[in-house]
Amino acid sequence: MGVAHGEVKAEAPHMGGINEAGCGRGPRIGVYVCHCGLNIAATVDVARVRDAVAGLPGVVVARDNKYTCSEVGQKTIADDIKNLNLDRVVIASCSPRLHERTFRELMARSGLNPFLLEMANIREQCSWVHGHDREAATRKAVALTRAAIARAALLEPLERNVGSVTKSAMVIGGGVAGISAALYLANMGVKTYLVEREPSIGGHMAMLDKTFPTLDCSLCILSPKMVEVRENSNIELLSYTEVRKVEGQVGSFKVELLRKPRYIDEAKCVACGLCAEKCPSKAPDEFNRGYSERKAIYIPFPQAIPASYVIDPNYCRYFTRGGKCRVCEKICERGAVDFSQREEIVTLDVGAIVIATGFEPYDASRKTQYGYGRFPNVITSLDFERIICADGPTHGKLKRPSDWEIPRRIAFIQCVGSRDEHETDGAGKYCSRVCCMITAKQAFMVKEKYPDAEVYVYHTDMRTAGKGFEEFYQRGRSEGIVFVRGKPGEIVENPEDHSLRVVAEDADSGCILDLTFDMVVLAIGLRPPGGLVELAQKLNVSRSADGFLLEGHPKLRPAETSIEGIYLAGCAQFPKDIPDSVAQAGCAAAAAAGVLASDRIEMDPLNPVVDEELCIGCRLCEKLCPYGGIKVEKTDKGFKARVIELACKGCGVCGAACSARAIKMRHYSDEQIYAQTAALLEVG
Amino acid sequence: MKMNQEGEWEPKIVAFLCNWCSYAGADLAGTSRIQYPPNVRVIRVPCSGRVDPLLILKCLQRGADGVLVSGCHPGDCHYIAGNYLARRKFAMLKRLIEYLGVEEGRVQFSWVSAAEGEKFADVIKTVTRRVRELGPARKLVKVREMQGGAGASL
Ligand code: FES
Repeated sequence: MGVAHGEVKAEAPHMGGINEAGCGRGPRIGVYVCHCGLNIAATVDVARVRDAVAGLPGVVVARDNKYTCSEVGQKTIADDIKNLNLDRVVIASCSPRLHERTFRELMARSGLNPFLLEMANIREQCSWVHGHDREAATRKAVALTRAAIARAALLEPLERNVGSVTKSAMVIGGGVAGISAALYLANMGVKTYLVEREPSIGGHMAMLDKTFPTLDCSLCILSPKMVEVRENSNIELLSYTEVRKVEGQVGSFKVELLRKPRYIDEAKCVACGLCAEKCPSKAPDEFNRGYSERKAIYIPFPQAIPASYVIDPNYCRYFTRGGKCRVCEKICERGAVDFSQREEIVTLDVGAIVIATGFEPYDASRKTQYGYGRFPNVITSLDFERIICADGPTHGKLKRPSDWEIPRRIAFIQCVGSRDEHETDGAGKYCSRVCCMITAKQAFMVKEKYPDAEVYVYHTDMRTAGKGFEEFYQRGRSEGIVFVRGKPGEIVENPEDHSLRVVAEDADSGCILDLTFDMVVLAIGLRPPGGLVELAQKLNVSRSADGFLLEGHPKLRPAETSIEGIYLAGCAQFPKDIPDSVAQAGCAAAAAAGVLASDRIEMDPLNPVVDEELCIGCRLCEKLCPYGGIKVEKTDKGFKARVIELACKGCGVCGAACSARAIKMRHYSDEQIYAQTAALLEVG
Repeated sequence: MKMNQEGEWEPKIVAFLCNWCSYAGADLAGTSRIQYPPNVRVIRVPCSGRVDPLLILKCLQRGADGVLVSGCHPGDCHYIAGNYLARRKFAMLKRLIEYLGVEEGRVQFSWVSAAEGEKFADVIKTVTRRVRELGPARKLVKVREMQGGAGASL
């Protein structure tokens, strides 16, 4: 397998052999056209592409390989570089976004400058998209390969810029994924800043009562990890803090953070709770999803880390009544209350960043047909967690909100905000992956508490892929939970007793089920969290169509992003359950630690060069560059532009704007692009 | 002039795609196997802001029947604002080439993100259809340079 396919045919240069005659002193290019198994070869006539370019000036050898990236394929190229004295390589294969690095490394190993490689994308942008037209696809592949050769002939060797590495990392988001990533990093000896925008870490996992399928108490397994975060000397926790701005690149990011005032001195507060006892102002408790109240001075939940109170200025009388009250200040023996705190900007230098910003539960009130927010006994799966939790508003008794009586008939409705083909009301098209198992767990918990309760689950289909999941679901069935394949169109409330009528067609039996329940639980989907768009823009990472962050490669770089040095953990990438979030956190931490382990980072040297003879010092480039990467300075020849190599990112905006044509873009020069265009347009 | 197997004219279109969004979007169209016409040939550039109006004019001179420039969505440019600059340059160029008698629609601009494989294919379909309707480009084309010049650079 993987044997270099096309033979060297020295006697007939046009047939893809060695072509010594065609290249006097010019470049010596080797061209390798890849079959990629049948991925390319099924559509593109690879041999024809090889032959079409074999005789071109500068091309010393043209071959086709079954798999160019395989060891055999790479060896063929390495041997040719050595034996035929090649100085440039053109590979027509998959997207450079996949294998450019592979082949650049091969070049470097073979003693060639890696920037003398050019790839023609004849798979993603040819064979895979023109599968029905072999002739046109082959012609296009020829054009693309010729263009790559034309460009390769003009490529110049470049030396990589070398940057230093700040030996610390930042994890953004303190849910279970962020906590895990921070601990993994810290345990590898990396100084780690854990940034959380809420007053405590813990995320959504802290709000859950139990986890599926083991029915572990969620906080019992999470809170030791949270304590570990506090105790670990390599971790610095910055709670109630948001990311404002990010600059720099892998190895040396500069992150500007906004620390919101807690109005409590974290170091002094011992969380005795006296202040909250005396505080006269009440506010809805968001941790209990608004089903109970807290004070204006509060701790989000008893196990919160940092274990410090915080003052909510929206409810605190000091803020709402202009400096009055101050009861907490008077009562606190340790003098921890500090009304003089202000927002504070902190700037940190880190070498790598892990994004673990989690998700936001779907806003069920947008599905007006289900009446969430209007009918008190319609709750969401997250509300259910709080209502059944020992720490929750009912102290662990499952009760329905309208009269706080125990519900006897409970329905669950699946896919609320997920698998919505039309993505109406801010819902997602995708499956949120965890809701089926959350419902299986919750239904089971109802049965556990009240074995004679009647429990119905209305679903699209139950998805139970995971270790022990199917077994757990079957257990629920045998406990008498009724699973109905079919989603109700609406919920109608009886205003007298707040009972809920649910009508749905059971697709399995074809019967219409018309039932009345005491309580309905909506299994809400997971949505990208608020602020993710802005954060993605600050970090420059791409998002996928579902709104979550885009991974480096769906299979092979699941914890990386499009930006080197920035990694992903947990639901920031896509909805996933706790074990998957933790696993990805480990993966992200390992990748980040890998970068931090080296002392220097090599960066692509794509910055421009200024021809001082041509530069007229007009300052247009200076004005346009968003990085301060080019500055006009006084020299003995007058005002001339100068490139600040470490600030420049190589976008090419300056070069494209220079009317004196004094700025030459490295690796994307006008000449290179002209040559490419000309070759592209030459082939019919 | 490009002909297909039946001897009919086929438009040739050059697309400048920014590396971070549109090029990745084109790759996604590929991995998703979304089919689109083969008339568009891609040149990868770091950012749509790299595309100098001159590059576009050169394409037309060299015999391109159409040119597409595609970058990241507003706010998403990898280099902060390259795509805004590209759009401004593009608006300017559009007026210039209209003045030169090049039909509207030969030169087009779009935003395609790394997640928009389907959108990329749609853009290519639309651009190709539009250019096909316009027929072969005649203005600005320097046939002599097209043959001589291109050969020389190879
Ligand atoms: S990087 Fe895509 S437009 Fe600038």
